[in-house]
Amino acid sequence: MPDLQTKPKFRWYIVVFLAPAVLVYTAVMIYPLFNTLRLSLFTEIGQERVFVGLQNFRTLFGDTVWSTQFWNALGNNFWFFIVHMLVQNPIGVALAAILSHPKLRFASFYRSAIFIPTILSFVIVGFAWKLILSPIWGIAPGMLDAVGLKSLYAPWLGKEAYALTALSLVSVWQFVGIPMMLIYAALLSIPDEILEAAEVEGITGFAAFWKIKLPLILPSIGIISILTFVANFNAFDLIYAAQGALAGPDFSTDILGTFMYRTFFGFQLQLGDPHMGSTIASAMFAIILVGVCLYLFGIQSRMRRYQF
Amino acid sequence: MNSARQNPFSTYAAHGALILYTLIALFPVFVIVINSFKTRKAIFREPLAMPNSDSFSLIGYETVLKQGDFFLYFQNSMIVTVGSLFFILLFGAMAAFALAEYRFKGNMIMGLYLALGIMIPIRIGTVAILEMMVQTGLVNTLWALILVYTAQGLPLAVFILSEFMRQVSDDLKNAGRIDGLSEYRIFFRLVLPLVRPAMATVAVFNMIPIWNDLWFPLILAPAEEVKTLTLGSQVFIGQFVTDWNAVLSALSLAILPVMALYVIFSRQLIRGITSGAVK
Repeated sequence: MPDLQTKPKFRWYIVVFLAPAVLVYTAVMIYPLFNTLRLSLFTEIGQERVFVGLQNFRTLFGDTVWSTQFWNALGNNFWFFIVHMLVQNPIGVALAAILSHPKLRFASFYRSAIFIPTILSFVIVGFAWKLILSPIWGIAPGMLDAVGLKSLYAPWLGKEAYALTALSLVSVWQFVGIPMMLIYAALLSIPDEILEAAEVEGITGFAAFWKIKLPLILPSIGIISILTFVANFNAFDLIYAAQGALAGPDFSTDILGTFMYRTFFGFQLQLGDPHMGSTIASAMFAIILVGVCLYLFGIQSRMRRYQF
Repeated sequence: MNSARQNPFSTYAAHGALILYTLIALFPVFVIVINSFKTRKAIFREPLAMPNSDSFSLIGYETVLKQGDFFLYFQNSMIVTVGSLFFILLFGAMAAFALAEYRFKGNMIMGLYLALGIMIPIRIGTVAILEMMVQTGLVNTLWALILVYTAQGLPLAVFILSEFMRQVSDDLKNAGRIDGLSEYRIFFRLVLPLVRPAMATVAVFNMIPIWNDLWFPLILAPAEEVKTLTLGSQVFIGQFVTDWNAVLSALSLAILPVMALYVIFSRQLIRGITSGAVK
């Protein structure tokens, strides 16, 4: 680096290279983010923006009309996340483990096909499943009938007790490809020598997976978990596409994203309120921040990384 | 691994599991597409049958093409996606080059600052973004979407591209400097062509989420003439919810472009993910 000259010229080109990205990123992402946090401290009284401190948060957590909605959305959101962690990620790991068998034929065909739902938009996925599960069309009841389980059928998306779980499973169906791909990549990067050494010791098949491969891919599972967490806690599109902004039936599928949208944008007779919307956004920001910090300081720093 | 370890039973089980899951993954798409080519009666009578000469009908597609402005929506989605990718790649590569190539005060901090956005979703700032777009008159323009997606894509792009730029040989760049090339020329002529595979990976990662996004088109650009395909099909389906032919055809038409993109770019996408670009 030519920094040793007595008085280095100011290197304008560094500014030129950095400026566009930093400007766009700051102006459209970072500034609005903080501005949203700031707006949560204001409210509108007679066309004017008035500073009210933490009043909005007091309303959100203290006023029962708001707090029941908020806790309902938060609880639903946690359930949404738990279903992803319990169903999506284990299926993803299992598929990746099967796919990473070196002699498996058609592996790339399976891989591409299983990834297809991930590339479809929420609108397509939401409506397609809504039609398939609908009692009017009769595909789901018809198929259950064919295996003699017709009694199990219920209009899942229309029942409060099942709607959220059904939508979570639709979302799992859509995104299973992502953990599958990431774990597949991690499994491929395990060197053969390690597996061969295990084989010499008599550890093969399932035992090799549990004792050798799984510990080695734990860091990837950690990354997938935090990606799932962030994606789930700002999810919106699927619920909106399938159930509308009211996240029916009777708000049973309401999550933080739809709650914020309704509050901020208004629905039916209720007017939109940007300040309460910002308050909910700030709460979401806090939740995501806590999750990311827990991951970075609690999990990732303790996890052993193996260098091959 | 050698073949002695794989007994035929476990191979069958593996194929069985994969075929089962592939069917689960493809079944809904298959059902939607085959039924979009059937008459209304046939859709309900035998939803799982392939269309035949009796049940074949294009009535749904006719409704869609007559009622919805799908070519306009498609064009809007194209402009937004291509425009955003262009700026993500150009600005992202420039910033990545500055961070990877030069040592200067604040390099680390700038890198961390840009990396913040990888984990924090831009949607959190929606209220203020909308307010800003209203004030600058950008609301209901495609520029609003392009700006938002560019900002959203930059953090990961800078992160991935700077990893790759560190691997470009110093000798090459220094040879360029000795030949009197300016830093700009070194970047555009020498470095950019060498990181093209990484740029392709970044492009493919960003393409699908931008194309499929519903949130920002809904909030920033809901007007008819700037609707994207995703929002357009959402609104169309909402209006025609009882016209099953039209809904199924609209869904099939919305699937088509993404599938085409996927077929073209799937190798790039899968190579990008499995090469560890996101680790």
